[in-house]
Amino acid sequence: MKDLHDLSHYPLKLEGPDRPMVSFRNVTKRYGDLVVLDGLNLDVAEGEMVSIIGPSGSGKTTVLRMLMLETIQGGVIYVDGQPLSHMDRGGMLVPATPRHLRAGREQIGMCFQHFNLFPHMTALGNCMEGPVQVLGMSKQAARERAEDLLEMVGMIDKRDEHPARLSGGQQQRVAIARALAMRPKVLLLDEVTSALDPEVIGEVTGVIKKLVEKYRLTIMMVTHQMGFAADISDRVCFFYDGRIEEQGAPADLFSNPQKERTQQFLSAVKSAD
Amino acid sequence: MFDWKWDFAFEILPRLLWATLNTLMAAGAGYAIAVVLGLVLALAQRTPIRALTAVVREAVEFIRSTPLVLQIFFVFYVGPQFGLRLSPWTAGMIAIGLHYAAYLSEVYRGGIESVPKGQWEACTALSLSTRDTYARIIIPQALPPALAGMGNYLVGIFKDTPMLSVIGVAELMHTANAIGSEHYRFLEPITMVGVIFLMISLPAAGLVRLFETWVRRKLGMIR
Ligand SMILES: Nc1ncnc2c1ncn2[C@@H]1O[C@H](COP(=O)(O)OP(=O)(O)O)[C@@H](O)[C@H]1O
Ligand SMILES: [Mg+2]
Repeated sequence: MKDLHDLSHYPLKLEGPDRPMVSFRNVTKRYGDLVVLDGLNLDVAEGEMVSIIGPSGSGKTTVLRMLMLETIQGGVIYVDGQPLSHMDRGGMLVPATPRHLRAGREQIGMCFQHFNLFPHMTALGNCMEGPVQVLGMSKQAARERAEDLLEMVGMIDKRDEHPARLSGGQQQRVAIARALAMRPKVLLLDEVTSALDPEVIGEVTGVIKKLVEKYRLTIMMVTHQMGFAADISDRVCFFYDGRIEEQGAPADLFSNPQKERTQQFLSAVKSAD
Repeated sequence: MFDWKWDFAFEILPRLLWATLNTLMAAGAGYAIAVVLGLVLALAQRTPIRALTAVVREAVEFIRSTPLVLQIFFVFYVGPQFGLRLSPWTAGMIAIGLHYAAYLSEVYRGGIESVPKGQWEACTALSLSTRDTYARIIIPQALPPALAGMGNYLVGIFKDTPMLSVIGVAELMHTANAIGSEHYRFLEPITMVGVIFLMISLPAAGLVRLFETWVRRKLGMIR
């Protein structure tokens, strides 16, 4: 058995046409003594839509946050073949510097349950912020890109409104446009419909469906909406206690779950609906 | 009842008005120092460098728990012992600026902490630099909640300028005192100083509130 903490067992980069867009290799995340994820292995292919389901506290959000917001305590994360959590220093993997992390994370977009739009900027301003400040685009080019995206999410008419004057569904659509304005290779969606009134959930799921079907974006989506996950996912991962308990194509996992915990969870969710 | 002399009052008015300018200048310059230095003190407490954070934290606490007049004395009279020979004005501005910087840093800190965690995460998710995160996202949102406190301290610094008279800065209080000593009459100059302070403080407080509303509207944060 190899020592998983020895970084020399991990490749410096992932190559080949079949290499995954995102790869978690034996990734461990701890908060103090609490082990939230223990030796997670998960590959997401380019253009794949992976849904992450599971009970509250099972580590779903943490999976996404490790790509965007947190450091890890074990293993290596790769994005588009390059190490994200680590970097190549003279043929050795060493923990990433903040600068390397920021550069790697430029390839990733994330949307949150509570939108987190910048309240002092208009919808358009929110979508131009990253391209202008981070990508160094001209205001003109950033505006055109932002307008195209706001058009795509059906928010072009509200481009000059501040978030406080938008409904939850509208804010989330702007937030998706803001993330896409960075042209991410991977989009992370953390319960983006959980804070919405039921009647506007469709606005947001409609946009996500478009991203999957029309743009074939690589997406990792944490969700409680089983119907939606079944409808658009290529694969569904059921998390339990910081591990992937079961995963598979939605048709298999939802209609014929193998593990007892998956069965329990799915029947509990069904009876709650 | 009072032996109020109008002709004396009018005679000394120009001198007091002139001193009012000095008072306003002292308050303005001190406040300008405090606004900038306060931000530095607040941000220094948010760096990942533990030692720096701790030292600044203690310094702010120290300044806040000792009297301003003592600090003014200290900078002016003890400074020369360390080869720091300052004019009353310079010493006064340093002391009052530093004093209020400590208070303002707490106001800023409160404002920054009032910005929801999700805003920081959104900045990270967009890969904004630390500088852009503060300058473009966090501080603009920290400002409106900080404005009330900032306004109070603007009025506060103005009302504290008489303390500069102890080291001979020719502001209102110092001038009134000098007039009193020259003419053996204190009723008129001291009363007039009170009225002048009142006439500036009251509208200033109102203007600060108007400014607060204006900033909120400007930032699109009025719901
Ligand atoms: N910042 C944190 N500090 C300590 N524990 C945390 C932190 N964030 C999450 N956790 C813990 O990690 C576990 C997984 O959390 P999370 O990934 O948010 O679960 P989920 O999204 O599946 O509900 C939970 O037990 C949670 O309490
Ligand atoms: Mg969660």
